[in-house]
Amino acid sequence: MTTKVLAIDDSRTIRNLLRVSLEGAGFEFHSACDGQEGVDVFPDVDPDVVITDINMPKLDGFGVIDTLRGGPNRTNVPILVLTTESSDELKARARNAGATGWIVKPFDDASLVSVLRRLTGHVS
Amino acid sequence: MSGNSIRDTFFEECEELLEALVEGLSQMEQAPDDMEVVNAVFRSVHSIKGGAGAFALDRLVSFAHSFETVMDKVRDRELVVDEKLMSLFHRAGDHLSDLVDSARDETHLDDEAETGLIGELDSYLGDEAAAEEFSFDAITLDFDGPAIELPSEGDSAAFRVFDIRFAPSRALYENGHEPLLILDALADLGDLTVEADISRIPEFDAFDPADAFLSWHMRLTSSEPETTLHEVFEFVEGLCDLDISVTAGGEEVPVPAPLDPEPSTGTVEAMAEIEAAEPPCEDTPYDGPPRERRKEPRGPKPTLRVDLDRVDRLINTVGELIINQAMISQRIEELDLPTVAHLTNELEAYKLLARDIQEGVMAIRAQPVKPLFQRMSRIVREASDATGKKAKMVTVGDSTEVDKTVIERLADPLTHMVRNAVDHGLEKPDGRDAAGKDPVGTIRLSASHRSGSVFIEISDDGAGLDRERILAKAIEKGLVPPDVELSDPEIDNLLFLPGFSTAGEVSALSGRGVGMDVVKNAVHALGGRVSITSTPGKGTTFAIVLPLTLAVMDGFVISVADQTMVIPISSILETIRPNPRDIHVVGTDSEVVSVRGSYVPIVDVADNLGLTRHDDAGGTGILLLVSTELQGLTALRVTAIHDQRQVVIKSLESNYAAIQGVSAATILGDGKIALILDPEELINLAHASGNDPFAQHSRMELRHG
Repeated sequence: MTTKVLAIDDSRTIRNLLRVSLEGAGFEFHSACDGQEGVDVFPDVDPDVVITDINMPKLDGFGVIDTLRGGPNRTNVPILVLTTESSDELKARARNAGATGWIVKPFDDASLVSVLRRLTGHVS
Repeated sequence: MSGNSIRDTFFEECEELLEALVEGLSQMEQAPDDMEVVNAVFRSVHSIKGGAGAFALDRLVSFAHSFETVMDKVRDRELVVDEKLMSLFHRAGDHLSDLVDSARDETHLDDEAETGLIGELDSYLGDEAAAEEFSFDAITLDFDGPAIELPSEGDSAAFRVFDIRFAPSRALYENGHEPLLILDALADLGDLTVEADISRIPEFDAFDPADAFLSWHMRLTSSEPETTLHEVFEFVEGLCDLDISVTAGGEEVPVPAPLDPEPSTGTVEAMAEIEAAEPPCEDTPYDGPPRERRKEPRGPKPTLRVDLDRVDRLINTVGELIINQAMISQRIEELDLPTVAHLTNELEAYKLLARDIQEGVMAIRAQPVKPLFQRMSRIVREASDATGKKAKMVTVGDSTEVDKTVIERLADPLTHMVRNAVDHGLEKPDGRDAAGKDPVGTIRLSASHRSGSVFIEISDDGAGLDRERILAKAIEKGLVPPDVELSDPEIDNLLFLPGFSTAGEVSALSGRGVGMDVVKNAVHALGGRVSITSTPGKGTTFAIVLPLTLAVMDGFVISVADQTMVIPISSILETIRPNPRDIHVVGTDSEVVSVRGSYVPIVDVADNLGLTRHDDAGGTGILLLVSTELQGLTALRVTAIHDQRQVVIKSLESNYAAIQGVSAATILGDGKIALILDPEELINLAHASGNDPFAQHSRMELRHG
């Protein structure tokens, strides 16, 4: 079974880059261009792992995590945060919010894929 | 998707982000406390940085980083935006745009300005900037430890035995982790034995499936350094109790002891001790709701990106449809059927539908003038800096939509006019002060739709045109005879004459050998007109009138010397069937017509196109009153007006060759090709051929007045 990834990022460039590397690695790729859209499509996509940007219009990455991790429909799906900062403060914040891990931009395909495999157990 | 097209998308996206940035900055000027706006600006810069990082555009990344860091301070309310900082943001935005351009076109960009800007930006960061030397990791995943150490030959045999105790907290599961996968990852590093501690699993009644009761005691024999082990636990740090120790190492490679199937009491005790010693989960206290989170009403409407070629193909086809519809209508009329009446109803409906389709298709090409206007704010800024003037730009109606090509081709003339407005229009601050005006001048750009045309105005609140100097200059350059008597608007229009340079001294800014005649030609090429009005002490306004689209236009179908032609309605002020006694002959063969007390020179279209008249059966013909920039009011004489209709413009230049006085061609309902006249050029042609209605016009006015 293919692993489904939902990538939430307002940058078309980043979405494209993620699509190319993840589809190339055998993942099923879905994307949303802001946090709200990401949260909205989440039930339909029913992904195995979520990748989300932090700075986004409408609903930011922390809002995405809050929404997915909170409420009656909370999910334990791994959520990876895409960030350009690698500060410990941000990591702690992401972790406290309920993020599973983080990827620092710019990312290279190999490490991105290896992180996703590590979190989902996906082997292609 | 190939790498190149991702790169292209990135630059396309940059354009959009830069537009959003410019818009955000101008909104910030109005409301510096609106954090939503600040956030939007931050995001634009941040997204550019993020994308640029992926393409290793280091210079762009590091500049965006400096920019973003200062913006972040504003976001955190650690910095208050004053005029100076606002100006810096604008300049940084401009430079960011330049960097994007230079990265895309792979051109060199002078880094002197950049160094200065980065210095200025960093000066807002205080000591932090010095401490935080920015570097962009080439390695993408940020591991806390050093990069993976490849085992060298020397220590390849250095197997060590790690004793790992791993007790996940409830939060670890809640954050989406799966301990099994972590164990798998450890197993990849070497020989792993795992022992589960199930001692904490409570009675069934007290069992909460969401809670964490399991812990593991593992023994890993591996040649990997300890940091590699920590990397496996990178994401779960703080979400579990973790203890890694080396029990054996070096040359000695002990065979891992077989594990007891049952956990020994000792292990459980050890676990209990650890738990007693440390809190189960060292959570950093949650520092309140994230600051960026808030409602963001500014969302783009869903859009579809389409290749422009496809749209143009569609527009072309719709154009053919309109022609086809006109032809069918005409054929049916020619049939002279007795039952044609109800057919015409259907035909009328067809015509309306075709028009609707056409308008819909045209709307695809239409774009708001906003980005174009926004670019002008930079011109105003640069021009005022260069001239030591103070100026602000105000835009009105920037959501007005205009054909994409028109917008593109308007950029240069508009830039020139805006630069002129600052350079020549506005006074220096002290001059403005003396005149009792705000020392900061205003450049106003407005756009609106009026009766099927687009109006664009560029106005300044400067001193107005110095008509005396303009006239003197024109006489000196031999553009007009020394004894010429001109009205104020006529003097103003001298600016559009080729070879007229407005500045007394060539200024660094506008004196680039580009005159207003170039502007006029560019507007003209778009089928538009430009006019000028000026009030001494109050300022000058340039008005550009453009057709909504370049593909169709409303025209009069006229006949001239047995030829059917089309003349754009937009250029015609009035049509007159003159009384022969109102027409006077001046000199040898020049004619003027008296219109409400003033004399208007007549230009005969057939004469000027070199056509032989066969239809000159004593008629005075029809006069079309046209206002031109150079020659003022002129009457064009044609034989008759037959119809008013929308025609599809077909370029003559690309299909045949350019003809003076003719702007394009069209296909009429009967399938015949008709030329579309260019009244302005036609009148200039008459002027140039010695049949000088302009000079006569002036004389007539003189005599008349």
